[in-house]
Amino acid sequence: MSLQVDVRHHAGSFGLDMCFENQDGLLALFGPSGSGKTTLVNLIAGLAKPRAGRISVDGAVLVDVKEGVFVPPHKRRVGYVFQDPRLFPHLTVLQNLRYGEWFTPSSERYASLHQVVDLLGIRHLLARRPAHLSGGEKQRVAIGRALLASPRLILMDEPLAALDDARKAEILPYIEQLRDELRVPIVYVSHSVAEVSRLASHVILMRDGQVTAQGPVETVLTHGDLLPLGEKGEAGSILHLVVQAHDHAYHLTELQSAGGNWFLPLLNAPVGARIKIRVRARDVTLALQRPVQASALNIQEGHVASVALHSGPDATVAVAVGGEHLHASVTRRSVDELALRPGVPVFALVKSVTLGR
Amino acid sequence: MDWLALSPEEWSAVRLSLWVSVWATLASLPFGVLLAFVLARKEFRGKSLVNGLVHLPLILPPVVTGYLLLLVFGRRAPVGSFLEQSVGLIFSFRWTGAALACAVMAFPLMVRAIRLSIEAVDHKLEAAASTLGAGPFWVFVTVTLPLILPGILAGMILAFAKAMGEFGATITFVSNIPGETQTLPSAIYTFTQVPGGETGALRLTLVSIAIAMAALLASEALARRLNRRMHAA
Repeated sequence: MSLQVDVRHHAGSFGLDMCFENQDGLLALFGPSGSGKTTLVNLIAGLAKPRAGRISVDGAVLVDVKEGVFVPPHKRRVGYVFQDPRLFPHLTVLQNLRYGEWFTPSSERYASLHQVVDLLGIRHLLARRPAHLSGGEKQRVAIGRALLASPRLILMDEPLAALDDARKAEILPYIEQLRDELRVPIVYVSHSVAEVSRLASHVILMRDGQVTAQGPVETVLTHGDLLPLGEKGEAGSILHLVVQAHDHAYHLTELQSAGGNWFLPLLNAPVGARIKIRVRARDVTLALQRPVQASALNIQEGHVASVALHSGPDATVAVAVGGEHLHASVTRRSVDELALRPGVPVFALVKSVTLGR
Repeated sequence: MDWLALSPEEWSAVRLSLWVSVWATLASLPFGVLLAFVLARKEFRGKSLVNGLVHLPLILPPVVTGYLLLLVFGRRAPVGSFLEQSVGLIFSFRWTGAALACAVMAFPLMVRAIRLSIEAVDHKLEAAASTLGAGPFWVFVTVTLPLILPGILAGMILAFAKAMGEFGATITFVSNIPGETQTLPSAIYTFTQVPGGETGALRLTLVSIAIAMAALLASEALARRLNRRMHAA
């Protein structure tokens, strides 16, 4: 899939001016509320017309204002999972699921009912009506419904925002399967670093209708200063590691790394599996010598790759560990006192790790 | 209880009234839905004028409406003579005219009920349907229409009840001919005008009450079923 967007749009006092391109995988649109994420997604779906610009998917032009092209939403084959599930209340779950399938020519269908129903674990719900489903179940059905229309691209507008943490955890694995097993291109709107770092391969950071940063999730999420206010503390690094051993006595799993192995609470993953972890920059402490008699299990040896000084008291230090970067949030004063400069060998103490899978 | 038995003439008035009201309701339904949809969803110049015209029969004296119908749909009137020559449809002094008068009088009530239910439909559901590949026509048929069914039902019952009771416009437009245009209200009116007609008037009054109650109960039951279907497991 390739998605090309170059649009300008006005909604009230608010202006949107976006230009980006995305290849395969899951693209996250990330930004604070009011940054224009939903507006942008509506433009891609055809629920709104841009004032100027062009959007195309796989070379097919969806809208081109200059050429006078506007493909109506029902002819775009762009799926949409809304924040609220928007299931049809007068239809059963099965009828909801089949709704989009019915409008898709059989030659263009790639998703089958059985596959989707099993993938999302909703077989036992088929005969029910939406009014009797839980929030998480409704959202799974909504995902299945969008999928069964065999779209070229699925838009997800904060599909988990209305759910509690337990329900979120229930749905995330299904979205991962969509991404990995069915290889459906997804544009995922979110304002949660946890979701984005777990799901996305590419991220576009948005603010006030503009792109502030874009690129692979590993690099974009290190820009704490660009993240939405409430999520600044979530800035950090994403690392890819391989499971080396399980220690059942201490309930720990050892992950292999060039800078020293990691120890995480026991993981349900086979030895040799690749695991994605997320480390918040504020959870990383730097030291010039290997700390002795410290409780921290996860100590990584590397050298300073770069130092970014911020306007306040803070600075972000990138530490090269193996081939990847581990970011640490420290004070500017510490940068000076420890004389942290690119090339200086350091030890990074990590207090907490989030599993990103 | 012999006094309760309806005479053949009275039966004929009851049958005619039911026939006229059913026709008035069903024939005006497509126009009612269409107009309700346009008024609920579209913005255009002269919308308040259209809205006013639809509601006019509700506020005009029924006799005035009946007279206007006579002026427009009479056999020598422009629309009336055109319809007679082109499709052979005659309204004046026929049961069809009674149905037309009833439909016009009941139309505002029907449009109002349906319009309210269309305005209550969540626009987001229709947007969701369009992203799933449904064009405007299919969105209306598969999403909007099922969701406004209770409103349509309410509009039909209101229209039917209004048609059953319509008197002024009907008697002005198509007169009071037994067997052709003498509906229940006209028959009751006739009974009250002749000596000894009290029992006949009473019998037909009881029939009127029975029909009205039956229609009301039927609509309640149907609405309950629709509601259950929407919220049942």
